[in-house]
Amino acid sequence: MLGEQIIKGMAVTARNFFGSYVSKNRLTTVQYPEERLVPKANTRQFPMLVFDGDAEKGLRCVACTICEKECPPKCIYIVKSKDKKPDYKGQPQLYPAVFDIDVSVCMSCQICVEVCPFESIKMNTEFELATDDRFEGLLLHKNELAKSNEYYHKLHPDDAKESDAVLTAEKSRAEAKAKTAAEAKAKAAATAPAAK
Amino acid sequence: MFDQLDQIFVTLKHLVMGFVPAAWQPLVSALIAIVLILVVFPTLFALVTVIERKGLGRMQNRYGPNRVGIPFTKIRLCGFGQFIPDGIKSLTKEDIVPRAADKVVHFLAPVVMMVPVMLAYAVLPFGKNMSITDYDAGLLFFFAVGGAVELSVFMAGWSSRNKYSLLGAMRAIAQMVSYEIPLILSAVTVVMVVGSLNLNAIIAHQNHYTFGIAHWHVFTPWGLVGFILFFIASLAESNRTPFDLPEAESEIIAGYFTEYSGFKFALFFLGEYLGMFAIIGLGITLFLGGWTSPVSFLTWIPSYVWFFTKLMAIVFVFIWIRATLPRLRMDQLMNFTWKFMLPLALINILVAGIWHYMAADWQRWLVCSAIIFGAYAILGRGLMQNQNFGKRIYRYAE
Repeated sequence: MLGEQIIKGMAVTARNFFGSYVSKNRLTTVQYPEERLVPKANTRQFPMLVFDGDAEKGLRCVACTICEKECPPKCIYIVKSKDKKPDYKGQPQLYPAVFDIDVSVCMSCQICVEVCPFESIKMNTEFELATDDRFEGLLLHKNELAKSNEYYHKLHPDDAKESDAVLTAEKSRAEAKAKTAAEAKAKAAATAPAAK
Repeated sequence: MFDQLDQIFVTLKHLVMGFVPAAWQPLVSALIAIVLILVVFPTLFALVTVIERKGLGRMQNRYGPNRVGIPFTKIRLCGFGQFIPDGIKSLTKEDIVPRAADKVVHFLAPVVMMVPVMLAYAVLPFGKNMSITDYDAGLLFFFAVGGAVELSVFMAGWSSRNKYSLLGAMRAIAQMVSYEIPLILSAVTVVMVVGSLNLNAIIAHQNHYTFGIAHWHVFTPWGLVGFILFFIASLAESNRTPFDLPEAESEIIAGYFTEYSGFKFALFFLGEYLGMFAIIGLGITLFLGGWTSPVSFLTWIPSYVWFFTKLMAIVFVFIWIRATLPRLRMDQLMNFTWKFMLPLALINILVAGIWHYMAADWQRWLVCSAIIFGAYAILGRGLMQNQNFGKRIYRYAE
């Protein structure tokens, strides 16, 4: 009979109409500023610089400029420091005097993270970066990029553990190497007078 | 006391009239009526745009607008303040006139749209003693001014010098002219039974009760069919889905008002909704008893409350239909009106005649219902046949 299907369709929309007031499960919309979805494990927005302990001294970055060179849209700008300071292994290293990322250029490709040999540059999940100044406001400086290791642990727990493991392995290897070097030196020092 | 509440606007007007010299009274009376219509119905339009967006949202399992409430406060009112920024936006937008457009006609089209739409309210009874003019040929007047809307639509489509506008205008003319026939033929049944074109007389004919239930025309076989036909035709007349071919945004951008922006676009939008309210108001008057109550124990509720409740109920059904049905194709549109609605409207006129001349007992219910049901089944089957078109052949494109 003509009109049957129309009535069926109307019943569907009526069920949606009343159902959306009764059951919250029907509504897929999230009321954004008040309620938020938990971000997915691999969420990434723009890079950040990880530090251990102190934000200025503990910065893992050694200003090797590999990320600057690899960055496809050329959004990273680094100026190396003149002096050196000890890194986590106690080795004297350069540090970035200037480290800027232009997030209006960055395409969130994560290549800088892949190439960094010092587990220093990682992806942040911060996305509310809207600003009324589209030049200076979107150019993130070193102090804005610096984020603690604890913050990184909160964002990506698995990746953070992995990078911690890499760093401790490096450190212990360096310590072992230093130890053997010291021992060899001591031995040499011990044998040298005997040879005299 | 309830009578006073019912007549409060009439009494107020008489009070105001007492201060006006006799020579000025007709003019002031008309002015008051005009101002009231210009305030009440655009406000209703503003609210309906929000209700429509919220209703469509809920029917699609969304929230719809729920943020804007009273400006400069934290009160949200479930988003019912949305029409304020919407209005500001559309009124402050740049008004662009295409260089190739016929500027005078392009300017006049939205104005010409508003005139017949506003005139139609002159004869509608909004409540007891609350029609602006008690015009003996009110129904005829309504259809006569309603017919002028097509002119403005074609003015808009033609003057824009745009193919989409012209296509939309041509579709609109074809649709409106075709659907006006079942619209008027379904209203003719009421005129036959009541014997008057006066809308107040039509309401008076429905305003009596048997066993506590009103004698609305929709409670008779011919009235039910007439109301459904009138309802479908008024959907088409007000360019609402599923008959929104003239503005079909997925096909021809916005149809005849593609080249309109800013205030003129808002006028078209307003005109469309006001036309919708007017035609729903007429449908209520003809078939749903106008401002009368459906049951005798609710007659104490003021008549204008009944009128606007019925109006909003039908507007809600319009929104419900919009959320449900997809747009018709042009040939389906024409088939539906010429092969289904027109024959059914003609048969309905016959049924109304039979109803009028048969004795008022159960036999006329049986005979009239049987004729209508048979006609509906046969016409519906005819409409649903030949739906398998097979592979489409492109004669020129291949």
